[in-house]
Amino acid sequence: MNDLRELYQEVILDHSRNPRHFREMPEANRHADGHNPLCGDRVTVYLHLAGDVIEDVSFKGAGCSISTASASMMADALRGKSVDEVRALFDRFHDLVTSDPSHAADQLDASSELGKLAVFSGVCEFPMRVKCASLPWHTMKAALEGAARASTE
Amino acid sequence: MSAQPDSIRTPEALDVAAVRREFPLLQTTVHGKPLVYLDSAASAQKPQVVIDAERDVYERYYSNIHRGVHQLSVLATDAYERARARVQHFLGAREAREILFVRGATEAINLVAQTYGRRNVGAGDEVLITGLEHHSNIVPWQMLCEEKGATLKVAPIDDAGVVDMAAFEGLLGPRTRIVSVSHVSNALGTINPVERMTERAHAAGAVIVIDGAQAAPHLAIDVERIGCDFYAFSGHKVYGPSGVGALYGRAALLEAMPPWQGGGDMISSVTFEKSTWAELPHKFEAGTPNVAGTIALAVAIEWLEGLGLEAVAAHEDELLAYGTELLSAIPGLRLVGTAPDKAGVLSFVLDGVHPHDIGTILDYEGVAIRTGHHCAQPVMDRYGIPATARASLACFNTREDLDALARGIGKVQEMFK
Repeated sequence: MNDLRELYQEVILDHSRNPRHFREMPEANRHADGHNPLCGDRVTVYLHLAGDVIEDVSFKGAGCSISTASASMMADALRGKSVDEVRALFDRFHDLVTSDPSHAADQLDASSELGKLAVFSGVCEFPMRVKCASLPWHTMKAALEGAARASTE
Repeated sequence: MSAQPDSIRTPEALDVAAVRREFPLLQTTVHGKPLVYLDSAASAQKPQVVIDAERDVYERYYSNIHRGVHQLSVLATDAYERARARVQHFLGAREAREILFVRGATEAINLVAQTYGRRNVGAGDEVLITGLEHHSNIVPWQMLCEEKGATLKVAPIDDAGVVDMAAFEGLLGPRTRIVSVSHVSNALGTINPVERMTERAHAAGAVIVIDGAQAAPHLAIDVERIGCDFYAFSGHKVYGPSGVGALYGRAALLEAMPPWQGGGDMISSVTFEKSTWAELPHKFEAGTPNVAGTIALAVAIEWLEGLGLEAVAAHEDELLAYGTELLSAIPGLRLVGTAPDKAGVLSFVLDGVHPHDIGTILDYEGVAIRTGHHCAQPVMDRYGIPATARASLACFNTREDLDALARGIGKVQEMFK
């Protein structure tokens, strides 16, 4: 169960049980739908951009605990950030969940700037779950770039 | 059971411990726990005889078939054609030439859609399937209907996962050209009344295709008794290699159908002006096939028949009943698919836990199940769920396997309470 606890950390379980920012956003000026055809997870990410700053983020959808918690914590992390900061965060999060677990140093680099999001570091040990964690992020990026859809495939 | 004593059949009981010893992978551990393999509906593990059979071909007599006059080609061709006869008997077909070797059930259904279908389905015609189907028995027909301007009709299922036969019959009509149904549902385990469906399809003037991928490992099949026109199955679900399967087709239909793929082995003569087709079954077997895999498939079937199909079915039915009772007793667990006539599948959802999380935690207990939509998204939509967790049974499973599953589900609930 030790490794499992790396994946299912208490803060992740908490966000999956009680997701924050879980709502539609009528005033959103960007949104995109994400889909993982492998498992059927679906997420819609809403952004409200004021100039270069993300004023508000929310999401709706149905997915596993990892994707739900990832969307919830992503929304927490993005509020008030500039588009450039968000892009940088996307890259770091992506590195965190896709890094080779044997390269602990890379992970440390990535996690040091990720704050609370570093709890997802356990995901890279579970290759089948990487897409669960990254789906909300890919969807957010698609919304930022004006694409209607994101897919993990 | 309330059967009279004299009506109880007593097939020789399966020696499951002995069966298990034949599977190398069942002796292994996963995350330090003994492997509990409950994912045979996705693909079954292989007994040693099947693994050995494939190697034996390559070590002793591998060659291309139907080609050379040399000794190896004679031996390989002979073994390949004996495999065809084995499959013929397994399916109860009248003639060996009614058996076509393909990559699997998916390719078999596509073959029928692209040959019989393209020849016989036109604008305004209809193809009828059921709400239980695997994507492989939906998409080939959608592609055909789109190309021809035909309509795909779907007979709905009820809450238990049983096809509504009144609706099925109501959807059959003068424009129905093809009916295609699964024998056993991969997502729910429902056994379809294929004999009755065949009779009704024929009464409406349609041909019927049966997708037997999920039935072949669990039920004794007799295409003559069913009366169907086509029957497809995959080798990898009957303990054989992946990448090989068979399509049964009624000889008269196969003879009238155009070939599917063109190439070597399927021709009688070729000139740059025109080619003529080989006789059945070769007309439908272009190119060098999976020689060793096909021969090993026959060994798998022989092995399964050696266990006794009745004994295997009785064992799996007993496990299904035990598993149904065990899982039903877990608070917060709901079985999806509760047809009275079922084979081999326990699909379920847990309150507050996504199937993906169930799968990951069970994996840590050494228990392998399938989670997701099982390539049957319309079935999931019917129940308003994105996915299920599915435990599926094989001849090598035991009550202890199901106990391990139940204990694992307890750990899942512990984690997510």
